[in-house]
Amino acid sequence: MATVQTRGLRKEFGQHAAVDGIDLETEEGEYLVLLGPSGCGKTTLLRLIAGLEHPTAGDVIIGGEVVTGLPPRARRIAMVFQSYALYPHKTVRRNITFPLAAAGVPRHEWPEKVAWASDLLGIGPMLDRRPRQLSGGERQRVALARALVREPQLFLFDEPLSNLDAKLRTLARDELKEFQRRMGITTVYVTHDQVEAMGLGDRVAVLNQGRVQQIGTPEQVYDDPANTFVATFVGAPPMNLLTMRDTMVGFRPENFLPEDSVGSREGQLVCDFEITRVENLGSDRYVYGTVPDFDPEAKVIAKLPSTLPASPRPDTRERYVIERAKLRFFGVEDGERASAPASGLPGWSREAR
Amino acid sequence: MSSAAASTRRGRRARARPPRRRRYLLDRERILGPLLLLPAVLYLVAVVGYPLVLAIMYSFSDVVLGSPRFDFVGLQTFRRAISEPTFVHALEHSFLITGISQVLVIVLCTVLAFVLAANFRGKWFLRFLVLMPWTTPIALGAIIWLWMLDSIFTPFDWFAQKLHVVAPGGHLVLLGHEGTALGSVIAVQTWRMLPLATVIVLAGLSSIPRDIEEQAVVDGAGFWRRLFSVQLPLLAPVILVAVLFGVVFTFTDMAVVFILTGGGPGDATQVLPSWAFYKGINGGNLSVGAADAMFMFPVLLGLSVLVLRLASRVGGD
Amino acid sequence: MAVRGASTVRGRVTLYVLAFCFAVFCGFPFLWAGFTMFRQDSDLYNTQHDPFEYSKPATLSHVTDLFSNTPYLHFILNSVVIGLATVGITLVLGVPAAYALARLTGRWGVPMAIAIFAVYLVPPTLLFLPMSRLIVTLGLQDSIWSLVVVYPGFTIPLSVWLLVGFFRSVPRDVEEQAQVDGYSRVGAVVHTVLPLVVPGIFTVIVFTFTLTMQDFIYALAFISSSSHMTISVGVPTNLIKGDVLYWQSLMASAVIVAVPVALVYNLFLNRFIQGFTLGAVKG
Repeated sequence: MATVQTRGLRKEFGQHAAVDGIDLETEEGEYLVLLGPSGCGKTTLLRLIAGLEHPTAGDVIIGGEVVTGLPPRARRIAMVFQSYALYPHKTVRRNITFPLAAAGVPRHEWPEKVAWASDLLGIGPMLDRRPRQLSGGERQRVALARALVREPQLFLFDEPLSNLDAKLRTLARDELKEFQRRMGITTVYVTHDQVEAMGLGDRVAVLNQGRVQQIGTPEQVYDDPANTFVATFVGAPPMNLLTMRDTMVGFRPENFLPEDSVGSREGQLVCDFEITRVENLGSDRYVYGTVPDFDPEAKVIAKLPSTLPASPRPDTRERYVIERAKLRFFGVEDGERASAPASGLPGWSREAR
Repeated sequence: MSSAAASTRRGRRARARPPRRRRYLLDRERILGPLLLLPAVLYLVAVVGYPLVLAIMYSFSDVVLGSPRFDFVGLQTFRRAISEPTFVHALEHSFLITGISQVLVIVLCTVLAFVLAANFRGKWFLRFLVLMPWTTPIALGAIIWLWMLDSIFTPFDWFAQKLHVVAPGGHLVLLGHEGTALGSVIAVQTWRMLPLATVIVLAGLSSIPRDIEEQAVVDGAGFWRRLFSVQLPLLAPVILVAVLFGVVFTFTDMAVVFILTGGGPGDATQVLPSWAFYKGINGGNLSVGAADAMFMFPVLLGLSVLVLRLASRVGGD
Repeated sequence: MAVRGASTVRGRVTLYVLAFCFAVFCGFPFLWAGFTMFRQDSDLYNTQHDPFEYSKPATLSHVTDLFSNTPYLHFILNSVVIGLATVGITLVLGVPAAYALARLTGRWGVPMAIAIFAVYLVPPTLLFLPMSRLIVTLGLQDSIWSLVVVYPGFTIPLSVWLLVGFFRSVPRDVEEQAQVDGYSRVGAVVHTVLPLVVPGIFTVIVFTFTLTMQDFIYALAFISSSSHMTISVGVPTNLIKGDVLYWQSLMASAVIVAVPVALVYNLFLNRFIQGFTLGAVKG
């Protein structure tokens, strides 16, 4: 298995830099997720790694070899597209043998390899069907079998679950992760869905405007965001951000709970929460409102699990608590992570009693 | 925590071995693209571009058929070409015939496109009949009309007699009188260009997104309002393309006049291309023929530029 | 496509009336040709006889005359050979060019495509004069190969236009998948794109072939001996001898060509429209 490394990678389309100087390195056998909104450059980055785009500057290194300038077929990679790109005019079997034919593998070796790949993915009975006769989940498995049969050193995925409907997505996600765990092949996976990213990735690289904003494990990215972009992109609903003179204070909705339900103690801050609206979503309740004493402009959301005994009501004012340790601070100018302001937190000086 | 600090093993890992890049030259878009285009472009330059340049040069020279002589004479040839009275008539007729026939074509083809877009029994047969004027080689189509308009045996005489336009036993002699001869040429040009224009507009119709039409229905627009406020404006660029084709192919066509009337009676139906042929091949005077033909060029060029610009602005094509 | 106006009785009646009118306008000349071509000379040329009635029994003699006494068969053969050869050249040059325009060019691709298409609009009636001299210089005068050389000049632009449309309709990721799976750019196209474009290529073959049959002026200018003529030129020049016109045979010669071609066109028309539309998007 191999690692992927990018060095100062840059790709310009006309005046616009889709990828703006990215340095990245994966571990062997790692599942790295590239997460970001559309237009952030994650797909371009993936295509640069694949060799489908040529960088304006910088290098791509796969398995220790500089592959910049080499076409995809010289990189021993496998890629799965959003549409799975199954060859519509070929049977499943011929789809799987396609890379073998391209590589010039002798024909008598094909049946063995096909059997191995199709057994691994459980698609034996489908071998003689055509792509249009398969369901979304089945197509994913065929795409994986085809990718596997070349014994690649690297797997690349471009939002493969986006075309599946919501229910199927969770199952497919599970299959994918299981698959990768078994094969142990280094994988780079692009998605805009942060739930997917958190569920699949060993590490997540959050991208925006062609740059890596933060790279770390899902926990790191969630609990310790490097800037306000990561803080608000990862996590649904997004982290609450309140502006306080020269600092921004952030805290996750699930950490903002009614004093009446959880009590208050040492190390917690209490404040008034002006509730405007309550959404009951079954497993959670989202409580929308503002913290008027502190930042009357900012919309704040509290996420209460259904298991918590509480009955928030709109147009009321209640007291909510948050652990000091769960607060995160960011600079107002640049959105970068900062430390707690030395002057303390005006307006929140009311400690819990 | 910046991303630069994330990878600490960078320097040690990469062995920068220069890859075998020359093998993969043909994978580069920058190289493959022009390479694949080149043969076609070269061929077109040789078979169209080069003769075009020659035609321009001839019109400024005194070339004749059968002699390798070639001297530049400036605008003298053009002056000679223009001075002949038939030339002026030919120019007039070209514009007249093209103008009238193409206006008819545009109106008719739009109607026909709507008819063919609907579903009805016998549609396939209608399509077959509509295609025939286009798929028949021009010369053969003109021959069919020649017979149908024959001075003695045309079936229209029978209709004319019944309508008392002529006396019983009389003949219309459509191709023998100036006005009706011109009218006949116009009719044939309309007849043969209608199918192509219809197909083009049909293509445009099929590319109007369904939801726009359904939106119009939901918004309460009746048939005529939908037609004039929604469909026709959306079809405008396509119709312009059909106009372009129609004008170019009618203006530059010599086969219909050549076979149907030979330019006659007299020079009543002479048009620019057939006159250029007559002077150039029959008359042997290549330079005058070329000069005559050159007059088609600015018209075509101007028209194409105009239409293409209009089409891109109107339709956002 | 919503059927406009055809849901009401008035709508449907209008539709059928219009359809009938167009059918007559387009088809009547052929109807007349088909009607008269089986009439005997003594019947047809007798002005006392009703033109709309067969006063004497129908005869096939004019049709058989066409094949046995005139070079018509030669004309057909020449047209077919020229057509096939032109199609060959057009495909060999046009398919790669169309692929390049569809996939491999960025900003300069659009003006290039328009330029190539503009070539289609350059009239043969302008070029035929210098071409005649060129053909003589090449020693191809009176040869059918002179036409094979010249015809791709207008068949290539039209074919490229259509083929670009068909290439665009193949999803890009299938091509890229083939590249990742191990093929070079060209290999990927050959193995994945071309098989999917085959219907488009057939359409192009049909339209190119018939386009070559349409030409009149080049064939008239370049070819002089009857045995080398195409249908388009041979029929008017051979069957119109001075003032004597063999009308029935003439009509037969036209109808025999017109009907099959129109039938084939009708079969391919939907694909033609598809390719034309796709080729028109983005210039």
